[in-house]
Amino acid sequence: MHSLAEIWVYLEEQPLLWLTITVGIFWLCQQLYRAAHEFPLLNPVLVSVIAIVILLLATGTPYDEYFDGAQFISFLLGPATVALAVPLAAEAATLKRLWLPITIALSVGSLTAILSALAIGMALGLHGEMLVSMLPKSVTTPIAMGISDQIGGSPSLTAVFVILTGIVGAATGIPLLKALGLRDPVAKGFALGVGSHGIGTARAFEHSDRAGAFSGLAMGLNGALTAILIPIVVWLFGL
Amino acid sequence: MIASIAALLVLQLIGTIIIRLTGLAFPGPVVGMLILFAYLLWRGATPQAFETTTRALLRNLALLFVPAGVGVVTYLKAVADQWLALSITLIASATISIVVTGFVLHFLMPRAERRG
Repeated sequence: MHSLAEIWVYLEEQPLLWLTITVGIFWLCQQLYRAAHEFPLLNPVLVSVIAIVILLLATGTPYDEYFDGAQFISFLLGPATVALAVPLAAEAATLKRLWLPITIALSVGSLTAILSALAIGMALGLHGEMLVSMLPKSVTTPIAMGISDQIGGSPSLTAVFVILTGIVGAATGIPLLKALGLRDPVAKGFALGVGSHGIGTARAFEHSDRAGAFSGLAMGLNGALTAILIPIVVWLFGL
Repeated sequence: MIASIAALLVLQLIGTIIIRLTGLAFPGPVVGMLILFAYLLWRGATPQAFETTTRALLRNLALLFVPAGVGVVTYLKAVADQWLALSITLIASATISIVVTGFVLHFLMPRAERRG
């Protein structure tokens, strides 16, 4: 007969444990979110991350060990990104009609995301590496880390800001736009993609395929545009 | 379903190889997405089985970000000193950019396009 402690020690070395915990906790958080009528602060990504972080700290588990199991979930982000082409292709006609409004909204939104972070960050006393690492926070992680590296930021710090921005946007974006009277799924989805990349896009897909399609589009376009704009902003402001 | 997953993986692989060969600082899966988008437009319609699989994947996209989100745990100390300034900046900047983008697109859209 094994003791519980022995079973725990055995399981801890298996990828299965943290993989199961991640999926299980996310499922519970999703049920909670639905039961609470999608209350924004109970966003499932937000609550799952907090719950798992507490669990890791409480059990003294290093992140690397956690990721050995959880990486199987992360890996699916690649195929899911490719899959974004499907809802987008279904919206090809809308895309063709709205290309000009979309281009303008993208340009204004992309600059707003960069300059608002710069202005608010500076006003609150952020500077140096912390401040520049914050600038690419609204774009998808691999692009953001590349930009950060290029402008003298810390790519890993940028990755943290990217994730947090995504969670904030996913939790607050839709209720906020709704409260301000904006109901159109195209505008809502596109705004979430520009402001909070993939995590916002995930939230948009929970809203509708149409919102998700335009959110995925916005995420891709904003990644490319931000990579061009940030080095210019950094040069202009002498950061 | 297997055929759809295989197709997605092959496209991701092609995208990754193109990035490796050209040395561009762009994610490989995004290139895979562009290739698939071009193919679907050329083909005119998405096969039903492919549509079903990709929809299931995208409907559960949020779960896929949880492991990376938990990575924040390794930076708790680095951000602890300035946590208030950082939180305010992130929250304000994210919400401002979402609201601005949403309303710029909304007001530039022809009235007939607006739904919801």
